[in-house]
Amino acid sequence: MKKLMSGNEAIAYGAYLSGVKVGSAYPGTPSTEIMENFVKYPGVYTEWAPNEKVALDVGVGSAYAGTRTMVTMKHVGMNVAADPLFYVSYTGSNGGLVIVNADDPGMHSSQNEQDNRNYAKFAKVPMLEPADSEEAKQYVGVALEISETYDTPVILRTVTRISHSKSAVEIEPEPPLVEKTALPAYQRNPGKYVMVPANAKRRHPVVVERQKQLSQYAENSPLNRIEPGDDRIGIITAGIAYQYAREVFPTASFLKLGMVNPLPEQLIRDFAGQVNEVIVIEELEPFIEEHVRLMGIAVRGKEIFPNIDEFSPQIVRECAIAAGLIEAEPASDTPVPRFDLPVRPPMLCPGCGHRGVFYTLKQLGVLVLGDIGCYTLGAAPPLAAMHTTGCMGAGIGVAHGIDKAGVIDRCVAIIGDSTFFHSGINPLINVLYNQGTTTTIVLDNRVTAMTGHQMHPGSGRTLQNKETFQVNISALARGIGYEKIDEVSPYDLDKLSAVVEDHLASKLPSLIVVKHPCVLYAREKHPVPVVDPDTCVNCGTCLELGCSPLTQEEDSISINPMLCNGCGMCAQTCPTGAIQIAEINS
Amino acid sequence: MRKKLDFLFAGVGGQGTILASNIVSEVGMRCGYDVKKSEVHGMSQRGGAVESHVRWAEKVYSPLIEEGNADFLLAFEMLEAARWPHFLAPGSVALVNIHQVMPPSVNLGQEKYPEEKEIESILTGAGDRVIWLEGAAKAVELGNHPTLAGVVLLGVLSTRLDEPAETWLRAVEDLVPAKFKELNVKAFWAGREMAAGS
Repeated sequence: MKKLMSGNEAIAYGAYLSGVKVGSAYPGTPSTEIMENFVKYPGVYTEWAPNEKVALDVGVGSAYAGTRTMVTMKHVGMNVAADPLFYVSYTGSNGGLVIVNADDPGMHSSQNEQDNRNYAKFAKVPMLEPADSEEAKQYVGVALEISETYDTPVILRTVTRISHSKSAVEIEPEPPLVEKTALPAYQRNPGKYVMVPANAKRRHPVVVERQKQLSQYAENSPLNRIEPGDDRIGIITAGIAYQYAREVFPTASFLKLGMVNPLPEQLIRDFAGQVNEVIVIEELEPFIEEHVRLMGIAVRGKEIFPNIDEFSPQIVRECAIAAGLIEAEPASDTPVPRFDLPVRPPMLCPGCGHRGVFYTLKQLGVLVLGDIGCYTLGAAPPLAAMHTTGCMGAGIGVAHGIDKAGVIDRCVAIIGDSTFFHSGINPLINVLYNQGTTTTIVLDNRVTAMTGHQMHPGSGRTLQNKETFQVNISALARGIGYEKIDEVSPYDLDKLSAVVEDHLASKLPSLIVVKHPCVLYAREKHPVPVVDPDTCVNCGTCLELGCSPLTQEEDSISINPMLCNGCGMCAQTCPTGAIQIAEINS
Repeated sequence: MRKKLDFLFAGVGGQGTILASNIVSEVGMRCGYDVKKSEVHGMSQRGGAVESHVRWAEKVYSPLIEEGNADFLLAFEMLEAARWPHFLAPGSVALVNIHQVMPPSVNLGQEKYPEEKEIESILTGAGDRVIWLEGAAKAVELGNHPTLAGVVLLGVLSTRLDEPAETWLRAVEDLVPAKFKELNVKAFWAGREMAAGS
């Protein structure tokens, strides 16, 4: 029987079938749904870690203890987890350790594009790359076998169009329920697991030798296969690019790689010998192409296909036509023109508490050093009240740097609660330790909202939906040594403004915790305010909130009751009192 | 069975675009097609535009439809319908829900929402015809659940394809949340009736 599954669902299923017992991750698009699906299977332990580095260290411990383990993250999460990736390459993993890395070519939901195949080469670990959901399921099991046979972590790389595309997956027999006979015993072996220089020096040659053995494995593995065809063009490709290339070159010869590190050199040579011209089709960097060229094989890739943005069938086709690899299709009589239509960018939800904070910061004219989350939408017009956003946890450090450079502009760092637990605590300590004056605002809605409402250390629930500790951000800051701390609601704009003013005037490093539940998560709705068209002068002040139910009609403002959440912020901004909070009983 | 069918779905976050595309994918699977589907998650719930691709064929490689190849456009919002003429195949049909959600630039009075006539001419420049459907009005009549309009449109779509209504109905029942099953079944039949009347 077959079932449609996304790549992420298939990875979770593959992990379950292969006996993975421990999973750890920090949510990040497009990887989030892997752990959300894995948690549903019986007999597995899963958790949201505060960040990807912690998740990978947890995974390393579990694998050292001999348990099959999966750690998942998005591509920029791998930057955070790079430190453990490099040491566990040296120590080996003992039990099977698969690290699922989801790249985001095209940056659908990311701050930068990066090709994480480079991490596999950099850290000298094998990497597998599935091209659809069925392969995603199967490759998890293969990755774990490689991991245990060669004593190495294995990276499984997906991209957005694999993780978030659905295709048919064969349903397998249920894996046998293994009785827990004894608790795993940790086998102590400090010479292998304590990476002091003397031991690490002994481990590096082991890693290099392992790479050689893995190269041999790659030559004979069914993961890499030649699909014979027309011998004029031979295409080397992997992952989602294979699917696009197959559409555009239906009759060409293909070398389809399922293992992208290390590469099978002899197989590549054999393939190149069978065709007139070798073309590499790969998204982002010329990873395969450069390797093939270094082998002395004439090859074309990035001179034809772009090294930025994600591919699509038409991009591959247009580039192939431009390079003369295929014939142009007979042009249609009238090419379809492009129309200039109003764009529809994502916005803060109606009723979102973040809106009050950005509205206030804009009114006060302060410099806002931002971070990654829903609240990054505070950078979008008309709020336009965020001036930097880099990576997770960056804002507080950037604000402190601006402070230490002697800038007299009033500035605040702003960060969400999940991002704060991810990487905001260290820079908060730094401000205090180095006697900075930065005011940090934490937007505390008790959930990781942007990736779809995952739990975090402040939520009071675990990924397995068990009740747990709730970390209190004010108490944490007080424990560090912060003295100036306020908690405030974003729905009282006057009070919020007064608190921010007070903190900006203070020379003390300070913290404002803005507390409000995510409206999309809490699903709270209040009565819709009423606009009095006679009092409304249509000045547009309320529109500065950037709230979608508010529309400027010919004579006055209207509020779309289907969209409005009834938070009442617009009534507070109205200079003529034309917007009235509805009576509860009306 | 047809050689291939490509469906493009367009809407605004929260309209049930993804659910509708899941149902069409499931129908294709149950009728023996190879099926692939692709969409982008992420910020879609924050009121942004949502698009989803569903492909049926004997063998599907790319989960993305190639431009100029979509046989059907199912649009749950009028402006979103107008974004995709370059994807439409000659002879294709656009099923468009009569429903407007204003984008921010229109709310702020900076841009105009396109007229119905303009949207129709954009789409018929590439595809064969546009069928305007009172899906939103029917959804309000049935119970005002936001995703009902999408299922009404699926009812209309089902009449233009060869697969039996029974298969569609089972897929709707299996994929919508249990407590909304009855409403969605009504919405599907309402769509079938709407098609018969048009």
